[in-house]
Amino acid sequence: MSFEPLKTITSKTLVLPAANIDTDQIIPARFLTVTTRDGLGKHAFNDWRYNDDGTPNDHLLNQDSSPQCQILVGGHNFGCGSSREHAPWALTDYGFRVVISSEIADIFRGNSLKNGLLPIVIEKSAHQWLLDHPGEDVTVDLEKCEVRLPKNGGTYSFDIDAFSRHCLMEGVDEMGYLRAQDVAITEFEARHGDN
Amino acid sequence: MSSMPKTLFDKVWERHVVVPETADHPATLYIDLHLIHEVTSPQAFTVLKERGLKVRRPDRTLATIDHSTPTLLNDDGSRPFVTKQAEAQVKTLLANVAEHDIEVHGWESENRGIVHVMGPELGATRPGMTIVCGDSHTSTHGAFGAIAFGIGTTQVGHVLANQSILMRKPKTMAVYVDGELSEGVTPKDVILAIIAKIGVGGGTGYALEYRGSVFENMSMDGRMTVCNMSIEAGARCGMVAPDDKTFAYLEGRKFAPSSDNGDYLAACEDWASLASDPGASYDKEVFLKAEDIRPMVTYGTHPGMAMPIDALIPDAADEAEENALSYMQVKAGEEITGLKVDRVFIGSCTNSRMEDLRAAAQIMSGARVVDGLTAIIVPGSELVKKQAEAEGLHEIFTAAGAEWREPGCSMCIAMNGDKAAPGELVVSTSNRNFAGRQGPGARTILASPETAAAAAISGVLVDPRIFSNTGEDAHDVV
Repeated sequence: MSFEPLKTITSKTLVLPAANIDTDQIIPARFLTVTTRDGLGKHAFNDWRYNDDGTPNDHLLNQDSSPQCQILVGGHNFGCGSSREHAPWALTDYGFRVVISSEIADIFRGNSLKNGLLPIVIEKSAHQWLLDHPGEDVTVDLEKCEVRLPKNGGTYSFDIDAFSRHCLMEGVDEMGYLRAQDVAITEFEARHGDN
Repeated sequence: MSSMPKTLFDKVWERHVVVPETADHPATLYIDLHLIHEVTSPQAFTVLKERGLKVRRPDRTLATIDHSTPTLLNDDGSRPFVTKQAEAQVKTLLANVAEHDIEVHGWESENRGIVHVMGPELGATRPGMTIVCGDSHTSTHGAFGAIAFGIGTTQVGHVLANQSILMRKPKTMAVYVDGELSEGVTPKDVILAIIAKIGVGGGTGYALEYRGSVFENMSMDGRMTVCNMSIEAGARCGMVAPDDKTFAYLEGRKFAPSSDNGDYLAACEDWASLASDPGASYDKEVFLKAEDIRPMVTYGTHPGMAMPIDALIPDAADEAEENALSYMQVKAGEEITGLKVDRVFIGSCTNSRMEDLRAAAQIMSGARVVDGLTAIIVPGSELVKKQAEAEGLHEIFTAAGAEWREPGCSMCIAMNGDKAAPGELVVSTSNRNFAGRQGPGARTILASPETAAAAAISGVLVDPRIFSNTGEDAHDVV
């Protein structure tokens, strides 16, 4: 699973302020019968963006400039619910490389990291600033683990697991690392037995 | 040598660490059982193919088909898939497992079922194991004292190839419910009350352990209902310490150690040792009193927006909750009972086991589903279906005017043809009431099988306790 390395991104934000945006909103289950991972961006937030007859409505995500926004700012507890990796697939296919919230659900966060989508949990005041200033140019610097806000919004650091950071910055996934542990896994299996 | 008291989670975790975590790397954790299904595995098998990798342990992998499968049969015995793509997805799973020599419980198997119903029935789920599946309700298996959690498709590929995943150890949270539950209060009500208390994101980063007399006295079916919804509080896994009920449930099942020699007793002795040590400490503790819990329903668009059925709808805490009330077409300060119900769904990995169906049948026995309301009963597995039919439950349901379906995920996920129409109000025994989860525009109220059955024969949301233990006459109350 390869993706473009991610080091520093400056982009306008797209803000979806609702709290508890679940993965059923990000990609409804009826689009999960696919057997590939491509092309899900057109269904990202499908039921927010399209009328019953399938025509696009005036949602922010349907504006011509929106797919150029690489930074999605979501409300608190973003990505809760189902473990479907189709959610980050849909978001990255739409154009996002970063998701920022004051809390991000565990499984979604893990899935995002494996697909070149950087999930950032940021302190509440910075989150509120981002919610209050949609469409501003924000810089995400993964080398320094910083989010830099314009207009004297300030600079905020964020935490990320060192290994996940390495994978994102190099554009590699974890499979190679796990393959390299083959001997350790075999030794473990020998002492672990059948349970 | 004395050692620090350990929690159930710590003990099971330690048994599976292949490489310990460091500041630079997460732990490599060995996975004992990998459950797979058609929706979240195809892209993982593609990665294996692209990289020329094999499935490391087909013998630790178990497959079924449940999410995209129809729950109806055509007259000629064929299956009415919702789309060609859904049918192709099932075929892809069957082809992948054949190619990699993985045991599958497909159409011909008497064990086919919702993956989280099937695993325990086969005895594939056992105490002390690590269990993963590309499905967030894998937390269900924690009812047996296993560490069980959902993973994404990339990790499905990791487990297929390496039987291991990379993960940092989560924090632990003990959820105590002590005392005695009131008459008519079910495991579903207990877990909805817990989620309402800790919040829909309150368990994020934690492994939950359910402790206290309520869980000790609860059946295995009930413990599975509780652990199933751990993820709805944001916790990836929830566990109950294995005990005599666990051991009795597993004895004689296909993958359980044999009872003919000393294997089963030896296994039970080991499993019993997994319980948290006295004095073990948790990162967080939460306490609920059993006596305070009443039958619960959700009133909003996430499982944390849950309330006692006999209470008034709470005020919205923020704009998102205001929108949720508006979506659900309910008003703060009003009663939730009396809401007109269009559809009832009894099923899903949360509530589709024998105990659930018996409870629903008891309420629907001799009654009629209200005209204009559609009620579907979807057993969790072929085994549940067979047992329910042996007990005559299907006849109670169909005599009442409800539909008795084939096993599958059905309306819980609404990607298989079973769904509600826009605006319809569904009382559902499933686990998620997100906007549109059961069909675009559909409004979902999560509840116990008892509450769902009571709604089916009443046409409106009612407190199910009016039907309990009062005989047939109770049906005349509403």
